[in-house]
Order: sequence, then C-alpha cells, then structure tokens
Amino acid sequence: MTAVTHLLRLDVNGSTVDVAAPAHWTLLEVLRYRLALTGSKQGCDKGDCGACTVLFDGKARLACITLAADAVGHRVTTIEGLVTPAGLDVLQRTFDEAGALQCGFCQPGMIVAARACLDRKPDATRAEIKEALASNLCRCTGYTKIFEAVEQAVRAGKAAHVGGPASLLPSGDATPAPASGAAR
Amino acid sequence: MSSSHGSGKPPADRADPLQHARSPNRTFGPQPPGEQFEVIGKRLRKVDGAGKATGEALYTDDLALPGMLHGKTLRSPHPHARIKRIDTTKAEALAGVFGVVTGAEMPARFGVIPWTPDETALCIDKVRFIGDPVAAVAAVDEETATRALDLIEVDYEQLPALFDPAEALARKDVLVHEGNKHGNITKEVLLEFGDPDGALAKSDFVVEDDYFFHGTAHAPIETHVALARYGSDGVLTLWSATQIPHYVHRELAKVLDLPAPQIRVIQPCLGGAFGGKSDPFSLEFCAAKLAMKTRRPVKFLYTREEEFYAHRGRHPMAMRFKTGLSKDGRITAVDSKILIDGGAYSSFGLVTTYYSGQLLTGPHQIPNYRFHSTRVFTNKPPCGPKRGHGSVQPRFALEVQLDRLAEKAGLDPIEVRRRNFQGAYTTTVNGQRVTSNGFDQCLDVVEKASGWKERRGKLGRGRGLGVAGSMYISGTNYCIYPNDMPQAGIQIKVDRSGLVTVFSGASDIGQGSNSVAAYIVAEELGMRVEDVRVVAADSDLCPVDLGAYSSRITFMVGNAAVHAARKLRKQVQAAVAQEWGIEPERVVLAGGFAFDKDDRGKAITSAKAFQITEAVLETLGSTGSYNTPNLGGDYRGGTIGASPAYSFTACVAEVEVDEETGIVTVPHVWTAHDCGRALAPVLVEGQIEGSAYMGFGEVFLEHHDVNRYGLHARPNLLDYTIPTSVDCPEFHASYVESLDPEGPYGAKEAGEGPLHPTIPAIANAIHDACGIWLTKLPFTPAKVVAALQARDAARAAGGGANGTANGRAH
Repeated sequence: MTAVTHLLRLDVNGSTVDVAAPAHWTLLEVLRYRLALTGSKQGCDKGDCGACTVLFDGKARLACITLAADAVGHRVTTIEGLVTPAGLDVLQRTFDEAGALQCGFCQPGMIVAARACLDRKPDATRAEIKEALASNLCRCTGYTKIFEAVEQAVRAGKAAHVGGPASLLPSGDATPAPASGAAR
Repeated sequence: MSSSHGSGKPPADRADPLQHARSPNRTFGPQPPGEQFEVIGKRLRKVDGAGKATGEALYTDDLALPGMLHGKTLRSPHPHARIKRIDTTKAEALAGVFGVVTGAEMPARFGVIPWTPDETALCIDKVRFIGDPVAAVAAVDEETATRALDLIEVDYEQLPALFDPAEALARKDVLVHEGNKHGNITKEVLLEFGDPDGALAKSDFVVEDDYFFHGTAHAPIETHVALARYGSDGVLTLWSATQIPHYVHRELAKVLDLPAPQIRVIQPCLGGAFGGKSDPFSLEFCAAKLAMKTRRPVKFLYTREEEFYAHRGRHPMAMRFKTGLSKDGRITAVDSKILIDGGAYSSFGLVTTYYSGQLLTGPHQIPNYRFHSTRVFTNKPPCGPKRGHGSVQPRFALEVQLDRLAEKAGLDPIEVRRRNFQGAYTTTVNGQRVTSNGFDQCLDVVEKASGWKERRGKLGRGRGLGVAGSMYISGTNYCIYPNDMPQAGIQIKVDRSGLVTVFSGASDIGQGSNSVAAYIVAEELGMRVEDVRVVAADSDLCPVDLGAYSSRITFMVGNAAVHAARKLRKQVQAAVAQEWGIEPERVVLAGGFAFDKDDRGKAITSAKAFQITEAVLETLGSTGSYNTPNLGGDYRGGTIGASPAYSFTACVAEVEVDEETGIVTVPHVWTAHDCGRALAPVLVEGQIEGSAYMGFGEVFLEHHDVNRYGLHARPNLLDYTIPTSVDCPEFHASYVESLDPEGPYGAKEAGEGPLHPTIPAIANAIHDACGIWLTKLPFTPAKVVAALQARDAARAAGGGANGTANGRAH
C-alpha cells in the first residue's frame, strides 16, 4: 500500500533540499531516512526523551513530533549542522572535554538544546542551563558533567564558538581538578 | 592468535608449544611500565568523544543496507495462554511482506545461563506475559510490517495468570513453566555460615523487619535494535545493540542451527545498556532468521513500549532481615529471607538468587550469616540484571538495619560502620577472598565532604544526613559457560606508520572501555593516545571477550591489554637497545618517542622504533589475555560472587522532607568509591555520578510494574519517570585508590558499585530528618505522609519515634 507522498522543499543545515516523503512522516523520519542525517536519534518517537532535538528557526524542537511538512519554510539545524568547515561548535568540544559523553546517544539532542539555550542567553547560569535541558533525558551521566560542559562553553564565550578538530591530548585546564585527593 | 596450518615440528625457539599458555603470570602489579605514568591517571578525552559530539558515531539503527527490510514483532495480548493455532497466510499475502516467521521454525531453547534455557526466539505453544513475542514479519517498511501483524491469526486458550510472587510460590495448579521441577520456583538458595541463630540470641540488640524493593527498568535511551544480513557466502552478520556479543554469537548458532564460524556478530556504538542488553533477545534471532529466509538484510528496532516489555530489569524483592549488634557496636549476625519476583523467564535469575546473599558479606565483618533466597516465575516481563545485579536490593535492607541498630546502641552511624570494617586482605564469612579494601577511607572522605560531624543533627526541622556502605565485584571469577579459556583477550597490530591498532572483544557501552584499552596500550608503548586506534566487539576481527557485565571489563580486558602491550614493549626496547648498543633498561618509551635514559638527546619517534623492531624481528603483533585465579568458597555455589577484587563505596545523602506534602528533596549526594587506581579519572567520576543518579531515580521516581491485567503500568518515558536535569541532586563524586595487586595498574571496578549505597543512604537520611523508617520502595509522598502519621500516632501513644510505617506493598 502506498501512502500519499509529498514533495517537500526543506532548509536543512543551510542547504535547500527537495525530499519526497509520505505525508504523515515526521521531521525525524525525513532527517534519518531520507537525508541520512542520523545524528538526530530516536529514543521514544513520542516526544518524551529529547534525543531528536533540532534547532527550528534557532529554537529547540523535537523532530519526532514535528511533521516534516510543517518544517517547510523554516530553518532546520541538526547536530551535523553545528559542524562547519571552521571546526566544531564550542559545545561539541566542551562536551568532549568535560567527559559529558558516555554512551553518547542523548548527546546530539542535548548539545542542540544547549546551543539553543546559549544562543538565547550566552551567559546562562547553572539554574538556567538545567531548565533548558529539562526535556533531554540522559541515562548515563547524572547530568553533572553535562552542566559542566555547558558552563565551560559559557566561559569560552562567543570568541570560541568554533575551533579546530578535537584532539585526544589532555584537556588541561579546560577540565576541573580531580574531585578528591587520591588516598593511597 | 591465528591457528597455524599444517603439521610438523614446533618452531625451534619454542620447544614446548604449550609453555606460553601455561604461564601463570598474567598480571603485572600496580607500577607504571616506565619511570612514571604518562597516560594513566590523566584527565583525557575519550577516543570516541568527538564522533559522539558531532553525530558521526554510528549506532545500530543508523546503519542501513541496500534492499533492507524492516521487521516487526507480534506480541501476546494475554499474560498467560496456550497458543492453539497460528495462521500467517494472510500476512504473507500482503503486498510488501517478504517473510513471516513463527516459533516452530526456531524451536531450540536458549538462555544466557546454560543451565536454564527456557526461552525460544518466538513462543511456540504458550505465552507467559503480555508482550511475549509470538511471530515476526519482514516487510518493505515498518508500516507494512505493522499492518501484516494485524493479519496474523492466533487462537489462544487463556490460562490463569500469576502476578504475585507469594501466590506463585504457593500455587501448584498454575505453572508458568510446565515441567519445571519445583513448581514456580526458578531457583532456591539456602546458605548458612557460622551460627546465626545462636549469635542473634546472644546479641545485645536485634532488629527484624520487612523490606520491599520494587521493580525498576534500565531505560537506556537507545532501544533494542538489530540488523542482520545473510550473504551469498553463507555468512550471517548481525549488528546488534548488545552488551554480550559473544553469548549472542553462541546462542545464534544454537537457535539458527548454523555453524558458529558462519556467524559474525558486531556491536556498533551502543546507546546505553546498564544490564538491559545482556541477554540474547528475540529480535536478534528474528532478524537473522528472516534475513536467511528472505535473502535480504532485515532490521528490527524495538519501540519504547517494546523496550519496557522486553525488560530484564531489577528484580522486585520482598526481604525479611534480622540483624544483631553487640553493645560495642559489632555486628553479630545477619539472617535474611528473600522472595524474588523473576517474571516469566529465567534470564540471569540463577545468579541473581545467589547474588542476593553472596555479595552482602563486606565491607562490614559479618561473623555469622544466613540467607534463604527464592526466585519464582510470574506472568510478568522477565527480570534480569540491572546495574548492581542482585545485591542493590538486600544492600538497602542491611544498611537501613545497621542504622536502626546504631540508634539502639546510641552510636553514630558512621562509627558503627568503622567498627565493623573488615579490612583489607581478608576472607569473608562466605569464603570470598578480599584483597585491597579502601572502605574506611571512603567513609573518611564522605564524612568530611558532607560536613557530617559539624552538620548532622543541626540542620533544622525536616532536614537530615544519612550514610551507607557497600561492596561489589570486579568481574565474576567464572565464565557463564564453564571453560578454561581466558575471560578476556586483546590483540595488537603495529603499523610502520606509527599507528597501533588494538583489537578488543570488549563492549564499549558508554563506560569507555575502548578509551581505557587505548590509554593502557599508549602507556605501555610510550605512545600518544591519538596514535592508538581501537577496533572492538566484532567477532570476526577481535578476540573473545565475555561482555560488559559484572563490572569486569576494566579489570579483565585491562589486564589483557597490559599483558599484550608489555610483550611488545619489551621487544621494542630490546630492538632499539641493540640498535644503539645499550642495555634495554635504558630505552625509555614515552610521549611518542623512544629515547636513551642516560642520553636524553638520543631520541627517535615511536614509528622509527617500530620499524627498527620489525626489521630485526618479524611482522609486529601481540596477544594478551587474562584469566582469574581459582577462588570461591568450598561449597555448592561458593564460586558465585567470587571475584578477583572487590570495590567498595561509602555514600552520604542529604535530604529535606516536607512534612505537609511528603515530598522529599535531595540537595546533595556525596559518594566516595574505592576503584583501586583510577586509570581514567574523568570516566571514573562519570561512573560514580551516573550510578548515584540511577540509585536516586529508583528511590523516588521509577517503578516498573504491571496492572491487574498484567499490562505494563507505564511503558513510556513520560510515565516511567527517570530523573531529568531539574530533578537531580548535586552529585559529588570522589574516588579512593587502594591499589589492588591483581588489577591492571591496581585498578578495580567503578561502574556498578557506587549505585548500591545511594538508596539506603537516602532512607537513613530521611530517618535522620524526621524520625521515620521507610522500608518499602519507592518512597512516594503518600508513603512518607503515612509514615509521618504513624510516627505522630506512636508519639501520642508514648511509644517514641520508632514505629515503622509504610504504604501498602505492591
């Protein structure tokens, strides 16, 4: 059986793309299955977990409960769109540096939500960061290092919006000192 | 190591080809390989961090193959029923459907524990819980597959269903598994050490009461997903979100009746597991079978609802505990009786039943001990291992009882735990060898960090502090299927470019095992971490590792990595020394260079050092492995719970109880964990924080259960509330490094142990805050209010503040 198919002209990560997709498909389905932008994850497919969060005209939005057709005429930015030829978004680097990435599955949505937060309020406090990420579930970290990562990005400020490719070298003073002295 | 071909004499340089295999020396002690640690213990990024931050990392559902079909599973709508007839004709005739499979085509029974194979890929003659898989379809897309499920006709004869484990224990007329030898009992263990009855009779203080630990789910953000391809070469490849690819490999061979060499299992990036992906699951078999039937790749992705039904979460346990204390604060005995609700299948239940008792005998010295644990089948989603498998539940009961006894004895709760500290290098009452043990230091750390001495008792109305301690295993001493082969293996390949590739069988499920393998190899070979790449969890490419369970990977794969890299290190040092005409001890490997210790200007790159070595030796490569020493108590079951090393944790929680609403908030949780040497401090902290988080969620927010029809009460992430960023306390993670003689560089586990004490520490803090003992999880506002009312009633009756009161048990 064939569903009614629509031709959609979308603005995704700064490019205009024409996509043919069933009319009932969500933005997440189009991103993952038509555009192969698999960075946005499906964790629940019903708007509960936040792993599919994208920027929709610069604001955080859940792609799994947004009809693809409703994205026509709006700017959509996915986690892949935060990477530019100049390098990674500062949040992508600080999440790596702070050890905020464990399994990493929630993190594309988390980083996108954090980007929306900092675009709205570049000097967000911890309380504001917590509030901004409340729709994004993480099951690994207890959020502690996620908050630290966003705070690092706040400290880095706009000047460091993008940077070079991440390196595996010690992250130096970008990360806090060990939580305790080692008692031998 | 690849097998050699042909026959003939063993190589001249190894007269006895078994000499190496017999070598007992597989651990290398806590010291660095060189003058000091260059990589280990540093705050490094993960090897896969950048890929995860950019969305490049490929998880199983991100993979797609040409011609790929999508699979869907038909599930039982009844909690207990006989299957009288299945007719798939109409489904098969639907346009877009390529294949349908039923249980009759995969009749072989499997189970992760070889002694209890009671599952089939799809139900054959009976369904045992709502959600039990019955048939599966592969179609051109998910919608067509879903439509086809509606066309499968199944006639069921409904049977009485058992949801209450006590009823399941008593009933002989309703059996979840006919043919089971002991009614609905899946496992019963009664073990006694010393004289618990005599010791309790002579104790100055005894408490005895009932505890209930509810069911909870893992709820990884990535659901189960598997993709199978059956190639024209006869090779079946399965990509799966599993944390036990080796066991999946074995069970696939059995259920599909395929020779194991024809099967390749790959675990791509994995989006969280926590024990929930450590059984073989129906979708892995169905994807494989349908790929073979249709000759097209087939992918199954479970919905969030299916994830909750597939379950294998923490077992609900009803626990009666009796513990004695002497006037001077020494534990005299512990006696427990535990009824474990197993759900519909065995899963890891045999081990769970043992762990509910075996892992309780530290860090406190328990001189007399008995546990009697019984696991029963019910018509509910099957339970299995969740972070802190089997021991989180009784730990809650024991640590609350310790506080109750401390109160009776008029002792500070931390002081009671200090007085009972078992110490390092000892044997527990149930015969487990304990090596390094930094629990006393963990207590010191959380006491200081929380301001325990200054603040406890002075926080004001409704606020309190509570403490608890725990121990956990660093891997199990024995493989799930008995064999003498290593538990973990590593292979290393050296490239002339200066790149080293590490082939690890281990499953990186987010804990960072690939990073740890890279750090260790970089440390041993004196390389930069970015010049070490890790290929992992691919049965064609990597040596066998048993999987990411029982907190075994850092310890065991870490030891294997040291073993493999140390051999290579010695070869490189010897070859460079020969080239330079100096003693090998003078060749230092560090930071991407080899240099002469006595003439530091004399330096070459790692790449050059490898080229020199390859020129004088042969193509460079190395293997390493780790196996455990023989350990365990000398009695039936004495090896279950035996581990080459134990980790220890102390936790202090701070709570605020709103006595009007019963709402409890937790501003702070301080956790200090003895992980031996912290090989990767950032990862250790992440494990401690994540463990404390998960324990916190289980106390207040999470509850896996079914309603009176057997339907899951809340199979979605809106109703099954896992903590959000605004729910969480401040988690303060610290680690203590009691260097272990057997762990890699002295390391022990950090992934599961730190969860345990969170729950009783919060319970004890609530008592400190308002004088109520909560003994039945989860601590909902209604239960708190009920307990406060009981407290007030008891006070009014002049009975003091000691009444336990709880909401209704489930």
